[in-house]
Amino acid sequence: MTTTAPPTGARRRRRDDTRLALAFIAPATLGLLVFYFWPLLRGVWLSFTSWDVLTPARFVGVENYVEMIGDPVFWNAVRVTALYVVINIGVQTVVALLIAVLMQRLSRSILLRSLILTPYLVSNVVAALVFLWILDFQLGIGNNALEWLGLDRIGFFTSETWVIPTIALVNVWRHMGYTALLIFAGLLTIPPTMYEAARVDGASEVRSFFSITMPLLRPILGLVLIVSVIGSFQVFDTVAVTTNGGPVDASRVLQLYIYEKAFAQFDFGYASALSVALLLMLMVVTFLQYRITRAGQTDLS
Amino acid sequence: MAQTARSTQAAQGVGAARASGATGAKAGRRRRPLSPGRVLAWVAMVVILLVTLFPFYWILRTALSSNAALYVDPTSPGPVGFGWGAFARVFGMQSVEEAIAEGGSGASIDFWLYLRNSVVVATVVTVCQVFFSAMAAYAFSRLRWRGRDAVFSLFLLSLMVPTIFTLLPNFLLVRQLGLIDTLLGIMLPGLFMTPFAIFFLRQFLANIATEVEEAALIDGASKVRVFFNLALPMTVGPIATISILTYIGSWNDYFWPLMVSYTDESRVLTVALGNFNAQTPQTGPDWAGLMAATLVAALPMLVLFMAFARRVVSSIGFSGIK
Repeated sequence: MTTTAPPTGARRRRRDDTRLALAFIAPATLGLLVFYFWPLLRGVWLSFTSWDVLTPARFVGVENYVEMIGDPVFWNAVRVTALYVVINIGVQTVVALLIAVLMQRLSRSILLRSLILTPYLVSNVVAALVFLWILDFQLGIGNNALEWLGLDRIGFFTSETWVIPTIALVNVWRHMGYTALLIFAGLLTIPPTMYEAARVDGASEVRSFFSITMPLLRPILGLVLIVSVIGSFQVFDTVAVTTNGGPVDASRVLQLYIYEKAFAQFDFGYASALSVALLLMLMVVTFLQYRITRAGQTDLS
Repeated sequence: MAQTARSTQAAQGVGAARASGATGAKAGRRRRPLSPGRVLAWVAMVVILLVTLFPFYWILRTALSSNAALYVDPTSPGPVGFGWGAFARVFGMQSVEEAIAEGGSGASIDFWLYLRNSVVVATVVTVCQVFFSAMAAYAFSRLRWRGRDAVFSLFLLSLMVPTIFTLLPNFLLVRQLGLIDTLLGIMLPGLFMTPFAIFFLRQFLANIATEVEEAALIDGASKVRVFFNLALPMTVGPIATISILTYIGSWNDYFWPLMVSYTDESRVLTVALGNFNAQTPQTGPDWAGLMAATLVAALPMLVLFMAFARRVVSSIGFSGIK
């Protein structure tokens, strides 16, 4: 820009970029205001109203929130969702980290990376249906395999103990490859010289994993965790397709409860209050994670 | 020239090792061909690949089987009672009697229609969203105007609004616009932009050399022409990447279309698949039909991905966090 003095014509054109810029951002700004900011305000407003869609919304103050605090189904949903997130994120992070390190150590082949990513290309609905079939109590290959091994069959989607771990693992299957590729990209930023130096010093693979890989990966791993935890809290598709919240309330996660309140019981005010609660939880969890993992601050210097 | 570059770096020692990290690793591999650790690592990798890919094989195997045979022999590794009946059922090519005889629900389903709806939604959303996002990204990277950074940070802020929070109010808005149960209603919230696409494209547009742009401007081209004839063609790679990611995301979306669509007219594949599952006889589900439908829903994305795998895979970095 500063290397050559631009002719006056170009300079004049540059000065009235504002009008052109406004035209260029007009569609995107419309989308931003109408489908992001307006819903945000409207959602908060609705949470203070009672509204069944047919009659006009009525302002009720904090009534929805008071009701929520005394609602056992809500607290159960919070507990179930938290359990889901812990299992989902715990297993997914460990497996994805393992895949990423294996790829770093073994091969950078595009084919391998593509195969690892495959489950991410299908929808949650597809993933849910496949595992509904594989883990079917009578006919599923999974349960038949358990029997061959001399174990008891498990009602993966029908037992209260197994349903949440099962759904969490189905979603691990879909997302582990994608998460692994994100972590892998982070691993590529670690200079290979560090590993070479460690090898010269006689450090084992395990040792260099804990004293080189983990500390240097921390900022990226932190970001990956924050993003996947936010996604994990919003689990809906898999539950809606496989169990619809059952057995009893054992898999009634928050999003499903919100959906039912709004679309089965037409209680949009209460459903909005529930989503505000979910939003607040997400903000707190994200803030805590950011502080704990110190995401974004690098030790690579 | 590459050789001179390398020898200069060799003099610097550390720099050379860093730059030729890949070749270094390869040499290392040759030196230690099959240590027990590497064997163990490959075994782990193969197990992971099996877990990743087995369900896809099982979909195919089940879809090519017949329900009657599946109930007798659920574990045989190949298709049992081989036939295309499941696919015929999915595409509405079987009569109600035939379908029920083969273990289907007999309810009318026509995946051609859902497939068409999915294609329309994903295509229109991708084209509009990527184009409008590219326009905004251009304004945020190549145009000079007051308040540019402030407005851009507003867009970045919207990255943090979780989807769930906008779904209910957006549903109410679409309802007020009278667009419930229309394809337009499903597409509308995604038509204009996503903050991620703007953020992603802005990085690449910002990297176009200023000299190229200056030259076009001196030749009398307007900034609008620079955008269409220069900026867009020069970022065709990143635009393809974000388009594929948008297409796949839009194709796989379930929650939002589930809210908006009520009849076949606006039903997309994911929602139809969920419905198909809900309709299947609870006592003896139509597993062959379900897996055939699953394959129909998943296959287009797998094919699309195969065509662009290299591009997509190598662009998933941590800038690709969504």
